[in-house]
Formats: sequence, C-alpha cells, structure tokens
Amino acid sequence: MAQKKKEEKMVATSKVDLTQVKPYGDSLNDGMVETAFTLPVPHGEEANEAARILTKKMGLMEPNVVYSKDMGSGYTFFVVYGKCVHTVDFTNIKVTKVEVDVMSREECGAYWEMNIGRPVVIVGASTGTDAHTVGIDAIMNMKGFHGHFGLERYKGIEAINMGSQVPNEQLIEKAVSVKADAILVSQTVTQKDVHITNLTNLIELLEAEGLRDKMIVIAGGPRISHELAQELGYDAGFGPNSYAEDTASFVLTEMVKRKMV
Amino acid sequence: MKSKLNLDVKQIDEARSSAKRIAESMQEFIDRHTTVSTERTILRLLGVDGTDDVLTPLPNVVVDRLLDNGQLSKGVANFIGSAIHNLKKSPQEISEMVSEGTLDFESLKPVKKEDVEKALKPYITESLKKIKTQTEKREEYLKTIGEGKKPYLYVIVATGNIYEDVVQAKAAVHQGADIVAVIRTTAQSLLDYVPFGATTEGFGGTYATQENFKIMREALDEAGEEVGRYIRLCNYSSGLCMPEIAAMGALERLDVMLNDALYGILFRDINMQRTLVDQFFSRVIIGYSGVIFNSGEDNYLTTADAFEEAHTVLASQFINEQFAVLANIKEEQMGLGHAFEMDPDMENGFLYELAQAIMAREIFPRASLKYMPPTKFMTGNIFRGAIQDAMFNLVSVWSGQSLQLLGMLTEAIHTPHMQDRYLAIENASYIFNNARNLGEEIEFKENGIIQKRAQKVLKDARALLMDIEKEGLFSTIEQGKFGGVKRPRDGGKGLLGVVVKNEDYLNPFIPLMMGGAK
Repeated sequence: MAQKKKEEKMVATSKVDLTQVKPYGDSLNDGMVETAFTLPVPHGEEANEAARILTKKMGLMEPNVVYSKDMGSGYTFFVVYGKCVHTVDFTNIKVTKVEVDVMSREECGAYWEMNIGRPVVIVGASTGTDAHTVGIDAIMNMKGFHGHFGLERYKGIEAINMGSQVPNEQLIEKAVSVKADAILVSQTVTQKDVHITNLTNLIELLEAEGLRDKMIVIAGGPRISHELAQELGYDAGFGPNSYAEDTASFVLTEMVKRKMV
Repeated sequence: MKSKLNLDVKQIDEARSSAKRIAESMQEFIDRHTTVSTERTILRLLGVDGTDDVLTPLPNVVVDRLLDNGQLSKGVANFIGSAIHNLKKSPQEISEMVSEGTLDFESLKPVKKEDVEKALKPYITESLKKIKTQTEKREEYLKTIGEGKKPYLYVIVATGNIYEDVVQAKAAVHQGADIVAVIRTTAQSLLDYVPFGATTEGFGGTYATQENFKIMREALDEAGEEVGRYIRLCNYSSGLCMPEIAAMGALERLDVMLNDALYGILFRDINMQRTLVDQFFSRVIIGYSGVIFNSGEDNYLTTADAFEEAHTVLASQFINEQFAVLANIKEEQMGLGHAFEMDPDMENGFLYELAQAIMAREIFPRASLKYMPPTKFMTGNIFRGAIQDAMFNLVSVWSGQSLQLLGMLTEAIHTPHMQDRYLAIENASYIFNNARNLGEEIEFKENGIIQKRAQKVLKDARALLMDIEKEGLFSTIEQGKFGGVKRPRDGGKGLLGVVVKNEDYLNPFIPLMMGGAK
C-alpha cells in the first residue's frame, strides 16, 4: 500500500504537462520565481508590504521579501520570491525566425574562402531621420557589440557604414557605386511608425530602379522582427540580441544560394 | 620603490623616451593648425554663449562665418579683439551682431596687434578668474569635507534626462559613490556643436551641455555636503567638440573628463588631424583647471584581444602621458586607462590581469590610473557578472588603482538601473575594505607567471613604440596597429574643420594657461 502510494506520487510530480508549463524551483509546478526591483518609497515595514502586494499583482503568490535595503533618497531595493500562478501552453508556440545556420566569425571566414572568395560588399546605414547609430555600429563597426565583433572585422567582407540620418536615395546611390551585395538598414526610432514608412520607401525605390533583386536587403532594430521585415519586402529582419554573425551568415549563405558569387 | 615585477628600468626609460619623441613630432603638426572647435572654444572662454533663432550656438555661427569666408586661419580672437577695439562692445554682443547680420568683420578698420590683445585682456582675465575660482572651490572642499579612499568608486548615470540623472546620482552618492559620470547621448561625439540649455531627452545618455553640467555640479555639491565627502563629476571632453566641452567643464568645475584623440579616431571615426589638434587645446584647459583626464586605452581591448594586445594599451598610455606632458598636465591628473577584459575562460587569466594592473601602477606611479570593468565577456547572466566584477575589484585594490569604474552586473543588458549601481558599490566597498592592504603584503615569485607576463608586455610595448617612432603616429593608425582598427589620415569626420594657421594667428589662452596664469 505504502509502496503504491509512492509510485503514484512519482508519476504525478515528474511528468511535465507541456500545455501548462510554469516555473520550476525545486519541484515540478512549484512556480518559484525570484525577482529584484526598486520602489521609490522609503525603507521600512510599509515598503516591504508594498513589495509583497506588488509581487502578488504580478501573479506571484505567497510573496516572500527575503531582502530589502535602504538605497537612500527614499528608494528601497527588494529581493522577493513568489509562486507564479500563470502557465504557458508550450505545444502551441510559433516563432518566425530567419532560417539560416548561424556561423561564428571564423566559420564565416572559412565559408567565404571556400564558397565565395571575392570581396563581399555590405553597405549599411541608419536611414531617414533616425539619428541612432548604436544598432548599425554594433553590427558593422570593428568594435561590435556584447563582445561580438562587427562586420568590419570579418574576413572577405568589406563593410561600409554610412552612419545615421542617411536618406534612402543616398544609401541606394552608394550601394550602386560600390556594387554592394547587401544593404543593411537600421531603424531605432519607431515613434508614429516612422520606421515602417521609411523601410517601405527604400524597397519601393529599389524596385523602381530595378535593383531589388540584385541585392540582399536586410532590416534591423530593436522593434524589427523577421516577420515584419518580410512583410515589408525585405529578405530578412533582425531584432534584439542579433549580432554581426547572424547578418554575415545570412548574407553569405544567401549569396551562395542565389549564385551571386 | 622596488619593482615587485622585476621590470627593467632601462626598458621603461627607453619606451618613455620613444613616446616623448612621437608626441613631440605630432606636436609640430598640431602647432601649425587650428580647428573650428578650437576657435569656438576661444569664443566660449571669451564669454560667448547662447544660440541664434534657429538654435545654432553662437560660437558656431561666428566660426562658420569665418571658415566660409576663408578667414579662420587668423584665428577668431583676432576678429573679436579688433571688433571690441572698434565698437567697444563685448564678445557676446559682437557675436550676436554677426548672427543678426548687423556686423561684417571685413568692414572693421584694421587694428594693431597690441590693441587686439589689449581689447581681449579683460575678457580673458575674467574667464581665467572664473576657472580659478572653481579650482579653489574644489581645493577648499577637499580640505574641509575630504574625499573617499582610493580606488575611487566611479559610477555612471545615463537616463537621458538631466533631472532624472540628478535623482540617480544623489542616490549613488548616498550609497558610496565618489565619482559620478553622466554618459552622453548616443552620437553626441559626432555633433559639431554643443547643444544649449538643460535637456531631458537623450538616447542611452544625456546631452553634455553647460547648463546640464551646472545642474549636476550643484546636485553633487549638495549630496557631497550631506555625506561629508567631495563628489567628483565626470563627463566627456571627446568627439568633435573636445576642447569646447573641456572649457565648459573647467567653468562648471568638472573633476574628471574623458579625453583621448586616439579613442575618437579608432572608435568614432573622427579624423585624426582634427582630433589631435583639438586634443591639445582641450588638454591645456584640463591641465590648467585641475581636471583629471581619462584616456581610452581600455577600449582597445573591447575589439582586440586583452591578452594578445596588452602591449598596445601600454604603448598608448606612454604616448598619452607624453601628450599630457606637452600640455603641461601634472602626473596626478593623468587618468591613463586600462581594463579587465580577458576571457574569463582563460586559464590563469586572473594572474595576467593582476600582472598588467600592477605593471601599470609601477610604470606610472603617480598617475590617477583609470581601471575599467569587464564588458566584453559580460553575457546577461547577471549572477556570473557579479563574480566577474568581484574579480575585477580584487585586482584593483590589490594593485592600487585610482579610479575604479564599477562593473555593473547588468552590463550588456541595459544602462544601469538604480539597484545595479547599489549592488556594484556594495560589491566594490566590500572587497576594497576586506582586502585593503593586500598589495603591501604580497610579493611575487621570481620569474613566475606574473613577473614574466608583465615583463613581456613591457618588452612588446617598447618594441611597438620604437616602430611607431620610425613610422610616425599617423601611419601607425592607418595600418591598424591600435585596437585592430584602420583609419586613413584624410578619412573620418571633421577634416573640413582643420585650418592651417597664418602668421597672425592668435590663441591668447594657450600661453596663459600653460604658464599657470592666475
């Protein structure tokens, strides 16, 4: 009898129901989540209570303020644990991704050597009124981002970063004059959907000049998804946490696929 | 002091002499040129401020006029001086007249050199007096309320809104910060003007403006008085407006300024001729006003490998030191930069970091070394990030660094949240206090890993400096020897703002500031 009960329990707690997934602390479905945050209130019992109430509103039950600290000037830091009430249906998740096997910088270099061998020219810019170069610099400049070197450092790739506030016309002109294989457009500002207008305009100009099919055209930025980019007529879109290797892998393999070598 | 690393004094001397000759040969180039930003700085120091009706700063309006007319080679001071003499108006009023189109410099009667100088003198005296008042105020604070122990805890704020920055900065001071840097908004370094007034919108940082400097200075003085220690304010005398921002910093009592032509050339693609000329005047101002400059060698290691390219950092530090000597900057004001950027997966990486940090201290014994935290190998795993920062803090207190830019566990995710800064200060305070005198207690094994590492970096740096001396600094940069980044002599931004001086050229501030005028 005792043994049967134990078996039942083992089955009950070790099988993950993928239609109702929740965080795992030390046993299935305990929902344990750790959070850390600051509230603009002075340290004290009331602050701790505020943190507990807020944590519950986040869907974390039985909140436990394990640490709180006065940070001065009326701010308090908290570490709070709670049990998440929400679940996710993992069987029903769909993500549109750029379909490419991402290669490291070194692998890109080797791939280039084996399959292309001639300089690959990539022109990039933050276009329109957008003054932010952080994205395009991260992908193109030597320094790169998060320890991921930029395209300037890639073997076989000649990266031309035109900087910010580049009109679409000027970007196209440059791309034609250097015989670019690919164009990278970065859009950071998305207020009033200015990026949509701007990105659409570039594709229209390229099509009007009969250039669209001669180049690989890629969009990137914190609010850009592959899905959105494809809708707008781009070959690929890269959102947050994308690096030069993602772009380079896509461009190089796409060139080979399209026999642009 | 006996070298714990058994460094060869002769090699250090040779490297330093080589760097001296490199800097001197660059100085010959610098002395023959001026730039639009140098000239705008002169205007600012003469009291010109404000904008025209389309928000172009007046210093830009006046200098651009001269540049367009091909007259900038005489230097703006000559024109302002003769206008003062002719019209009996102040530099501000004269600039407003130029902007409104009611004054054309060419319509002025020619004025004798001594009359120009005489006309400028009261404005120069007033400006230098303002700066002196600020340096005296700093000294007074240091005497009365004192300062934190070294390594100073150096944090950044970057909200984009100066008033929000003030909230974060004050909280950081209460948590223990000694230096607060206000990060600039993305791409300000490429603006060829300094925006005007208080600003509340920036991206990844806040505009460096004179008004923003003033607002933060007041806030930090207030917070410093509350906690009983002087709080240093840091900003960026870099990019296309390098000397202008140095002047604004001097007038508003900034204490630390990032200032490094090589950084701008390599990482912001600023034209090398432009920024080396700009750097000279900015360093003269920095030296005069008691500001600590920070050089940007640490950045090389974010692109180049920290183990393989360590010697390029040391070579650049030697060059930056000699550029500073030529601008009459005291050793204590030399915040030469380096960084803790080796791959954490490297076996004995900690030993190499330690060797290099102690080496920098032994080679530049009195400099205010600026030590930068891990960034390149920060992953978003904040828990591991906290440990990487702890290792960095341990090396720093052990090797006696001066300015410790605190690592943030959320590096590579976002600009710091208030709690990130608190956790960083807690991390550093714990380790600095807990291991305060470690460096005095420990010596290194003769010919062990640590000694050999430092000796090799010194040897390679000396060889590189000798190469550069032979090649010249411009061609060395063109070949990509620093940070693995190649930049052409005539490429990059800002070259159009470089002008060859003619024989009448006048910058009255340089001799006075270098002579330590009152």
